[in-house]
Amino acid sequence: MGVTLSRAVQWSADGVQLENSPLNNDILTEILLFTENFEIRHPEEARIQFSEPLQWKTSLEAADFTSDIYDTREESAVSLECDDKGRPLLQLSPPDITVHSFYHLSNLLKLSKDKKMGEVRACLEVNSEPIKKIFGPISPTIHEGKLFNILHQLDEKLLSIAVRPIVREGRLSPAAVNTEVDLLKRENRVLKSLCYTSDYVFSNGCRSPPWRQMDGEICSLIIETSDTEPTLFITCNTSGVFLNERINGEGGENSFITKREVYKDIVTLLKNTSPHFAAAADEQDFAIQDVPSAKKILHVETVDVEETGQTLKSYDHDEKNVPEKLARNKPGSRDKTLEPSLKWTKLGLTSSYDEVEEKTRRSRESKKSPTAENQKKATFSESSLPGCHSSRKTKSPGGADDFSESSSEDDENEEQPERRAEIPTDLPSEYWQIQKLVKYLKGANQTATVIVLCALRDFNLVQETCQLAIRDVGGLEVLINLLDTDDIRCKISSLKILREISCNSLIRQTIADLGGLQTMVSILDAPVKELKCLAAETIANVAKFRRARKTVRQYGGIKRLVELLDCVPDSVSLSAEQERDADVARCGALALWSCSKSTRNKESIRQAGGIPLLARLLKSSQKNMLIPVVGTLQECASEKSYRISIQTEGMIEDLVKNLSCDNQELQMHCASAIFKCAEDKHTRDLVRQYDGLKPLVMLLNKAENKQLLAATTGAIWKCSISLENVAKFQEYRALEILVGLLKDQPEEVLVNVVGALGECAQISENLATIRKSGGIQPLVRLLSGTNQALLVNVTRAVGACATDPENMPIIDRLDGVRLLWSLLKNPNPDVQASAAWAICPCIENAKDAGEMVRSFVGGLELIINLLKSQNKDVLASVCAAIAKIAKDVENLAVITDHGVVPMLANLTNTGDDKLRRYLAEAIACSCTWGSNCASFGEAGAVAPLVHYLRSKDPLVHQATARALFELSKDPNNCITMHENGVVKLLLIMVGSTDEILQEAAASCVANIRCLALANDKAKNG
Amino acid sequence: MLKMSAMNRKFIQNLAETLCKQVKHFDKRETECLIRLFSGLLGEQAERRAAHGLDRVRFRHILHNTFGMTDDMMMDNGTSPIWMRTRIIIMPVFRAFDKDNDTYISVREWVEGLSVFLRGTLDEKIKFCFDVYNLHGDGYISREEMLQMLKDSLIRQPTEEDPDEGIKDIVEIALKKMDYDHDGKVSYSDFEKTVKDENLLLEAFGNCLPDAKSILAFEQHAFQEQHGH
Repeated sequence: MGVTLSRAVQWSADGVQLENSPLNNDILTEILLFTENFEIRHPEEARIQFSEPLQWKTSLEAADFTSDIYDTREESAVSLECDDKGRPLLQLSPPDITVHSFYHLSNLLKLSKDKKMGEVRACLEVNSEPIKKIFGPISPTIHEGKLFNILHQLDEKLLSIAVRPIVREGRLSPAAVNTEVDLLKRENRVLKSLCYTSDYVFSNGCRSPPWRQMDGEICSLIIETSDTEPTLFITCNTSGVFLNERINGEGGENSFITKREVYKDIVTLLKNTSPHFAAAADEQDFAIQDVPSAKKILHVETVDVEETGQTLKSYDHDEKNVPEKLARNKPGSRDKTLEPSLKWTKLGLTSSYDEVEEKTRRSRESKKSPTAENQKKATFSESSLPGCHSSRKTKSPGGADDFSESSSEDDENEEQPERRAEIPTDLPSEYWQIQKLVKYLKGANQTATVIVLCALRDFNLVQETCQLAIRDVGGLEVLINLLDTDDIRCKISSLKILREISCNSLIRQTIADLGGLQTMVSILDAPVKELKCLAAETIANVAKFRRARKTVRQYGGIKRLVELLDCVPDSVSLSAEQERDADVARCGALALWSCSKSTRNKESIRQAGGIPLLARLLKSSQKNMLIPVVGTLQECASEKSYRISIQTEGMIEDLVKNLSCDNQELQMHCASAIFKCAEDKHTRDLVRQYDGLKPLVMLLNKAENKQLLAATTGAIWKCSISLENVAKFQEYRALEILVGLLKDQPEEVLVNVVGALGECAQISENLATIRKSGGIQPLVRLLSGTNQALLVNVTRAVGACATDPENMPIIDRLDGVRLLWSLLKNPNPDVQASAAWAICPCIENAKDAGEMVRSFVGGLELIINLLKSQNKDVLASVCAAIAKIAKDVENLAVITDHGVVPMLANLTNTGDDKLRRYLAEAIACSCTWGSNCASFGEAGAVAPLVHYLRSKDPLVHQATARALFELSKDPNNCITMHENGVVKLLLIMVGSTDEILQEAAASCVANIRCLALANDKAKNG
Repeated sequence: MLKMSAMNRKFIQNLAETLCKQVKHFDKRETECLIRLFSGLLGEQAERRAAHGLDRVRFRHILHNTFGMTDDMMMDNGTSPIWMRTRIIIMPVFRAFDKDNDTYISVREWVEGLSVFLRGTLDEKIKFCFDVYNLHGDGYISREEMLQMLKDSLIRQPTEEDPDEGIKDIVEIALKKMDYDHDGKVSYSDFEKTVKDENLLLEAFGNCLPDAKSILAFEQHAFQEQHGH
């Protein structure tokens, strides 16, 4: 009655009256029948006095009270029955009436005859929370249990009445969701997994618990796609499908903006969330009709992380909104808000009622937050940028530090917002059974505790209803308290339950909040191995979020977990005891795997001596042991210390060995570990020496497992940095397979595939292979993508391809150079730099390169402006490109007009050798136009250049000497050079073995000498 | 006295020789140690009863002090209702030891009992526990027996109408869990199945086996120290 009355019943706009709707009438009739028959059905409970009487304005008069249990005096009437203080249990002094028990309520209704309905209505209108009045503030569980149960049954009945129309009239129906889920399940090539959070289906087809059905919720789904972050938590509501809140990363203080978009169905949501899914779905066109408005975002709200507590408000509505929402659910009106509204308005089909309704709703919304409209737009445009989602989780090439972020990615929603504000009073029967058991637990000795816990375990603990029921009735407190007892059986039974239910993220958080981790960490010291195992497994489940992982570390859990790893792995015959030790080690590894997602935990594991123990366990042949061990290792391999240890402790051999096992998860972790470690040259060599390259190439054939494919291609990418490995890959014909993977793969895979191709393309014969196997076209097409990590790799690969003169016409025909050029506009400096580097060979090898460059409108200005970048690599790459551009005189004239000379001169004071080299090259090439040579001198570029000759990099020397030679054509520059002591430096260069350097240095010296000679002549002659 | 003990020693050795072949888990030395311990305990008992074996009081004392078993139900029946008291004349664990039901634990019963107590396999322990819980000795654990064994396992809620409701409920829960053949009582095979399925339910109705720590302490005391003599 609690929830139904306050939420299901439709209140009038002012919230004072009950609307005269069919639903309300149904509910009122039900309550009326219930109350009227209460006295007969439950005579005992009918006598229980209410904690507070129900009072309302009645239309009854004293004359109506004809029964002899009432005493009428003039206008008023009282019952003969009184409470222990002598007050009558029913008292009428028109129009007020006060009733203290169901007995009198029943009688009153019987006496009211045709006014019955009016009385019920009047009573409920002023007593919107009768449950509270009946039971008072004390929780009913320890109070008149039977009466409560009776009312609870009524409430369930009312709820089913109230929920029925929602289910019937909502836009999405359980049946529709079911059909769609079945359809998607059949398409399991596209999705990695898809499952309901609950297997229990209520009679109306919904899977969500009734108190959520009240808000129109049908069911929740967990979907794993191949390219979005590991899992999507999706809620299907009658009004649409939406992603549950996700909060990004581990940086708690950064308030990201989370989006909440409601889509019309699951497929639409997936298409908008997962580009891979969208691509696959478009191709397969799996029977899901694409309404033009399909991608229209119906409802957008922005919420700050700090306000996550309120995020649900947007959907949950406060109590007042619910009836209106229900009203909107009526056929006709509901459709209007959700279907493409344009058509409907044009056709004049919308009823005036709907418009009014819509207007009031809008005005209310805008009142609530004046900026809401703007925010909507902002978010919309942001979300419509297809790349903004994926860009956050890119793995950039190189730098080991980048990997530390990767671990936070598959972090679960940090501190999920609480989904339910109030504890509802009407719940499925499991809730009451669990509540009863937990109540017993609180007062049970060890013997009874074990029985009760075993009974509790017989519930379907995988089901969210049961998990949350345990939490909501205070079961977690009891379970965690039990861990502190001395009784081993109690601890074991309790942990067995905690282990099961901690797969729910809300439970995990509560366990952490209640200090459960501390206790479990201390249990790791227990002498009983079964206990150690259970505690470690539970920790493994709970430590899925950052705060929990930190707690484990702070209470010394890492050290203890590492100690669990100490066992004899896998000799031929293990004693029973050794097998138990191995199991303990396995559980320890599982927990460490979870914990190792935090960087500081990785360090703690190392300090606790975990690495040699992991290395020893890696020799095991048990898959269930190897998976957590390799999982931990690959997670930790983001740290340099681990990468070194993995190499020095001889783990590469075992990792390589397990690449050929028959378990894809294990293969994936092994490949992923190699991916992270192969940044190091020696590691790459080891992989080759242990014959790891062939199994890697073999794994490319398992293209259906995208995670495995991503890890494998990653490993191949990093391994191909060594040319010896590239030769092996050529032998295994890996390039052809890689080229085949350029299509229809998720971005994580593409990044690695393209990265690998880019590395292999450093050997020129592979350029032909890429061309012959048709790789250039897909590569160029990827240039129009948005994933930044992918773009960095693609530009690099395309650039490498462009070095082959036979490839260049293809790239040119596909308009690849224009695409590269437009990537200079990309906000990411890595992409800018990589694009500029790729442009260099294009200009060098393209036919009519000068004409081509000029044809890019605004292109030259764009690249010159990049000289204002703060990023050294961007500057170096742009200088390199300018050097190529400047070879065309017309283009040189244009860039001179754009002010290339002062801009280059501005950069000369750099200490970065790479930049120095390309800057000098650019200067050398730019001197040949007009007065540029003198202008460089005036802009002060000469003196710093002279100092470049002191650099240790011979490549800098060469470029600088060439620049100085060009600059020495201007007499003033010669003077500056001479003043800066250039001659002595150049004379050293003249002695170089590099002929270009020799020549440039010598020519420069010659120019200076000429000038000096002329000067002498002028003076003396 | 010295002569006596010399004779005794010979007798004990022979007895140990026989017993260790009949009782599992103990070798001859260990059996000998246990017999010595037994005769030591007998010696402390009043002469009159010593002939028969350990009596209830003495045995209770051992369980209590040596094995740290304090579950009152399993130890004593002093608080049983009258209808129960007439039938259970000795405490359940004692009875499980006292196989011949003569109200005394003979030296053989002592060694046999301890073999389960200290080193019993799961099957032996299941049998032992079932014997303990089978208060009426009729081969079944009935609702009444469970109620009797569990009656003090829950704090009574004074607010409840029926203070025993919780216990009755727990009995029903236990019965539901164990009664595989749905005959309203737990047979040996029911019990065995339940415990095989969930070892934690071995001592479902009360503590009747010593814990690992006590076992270790007892064995050290009984076998190692005596060995020194």
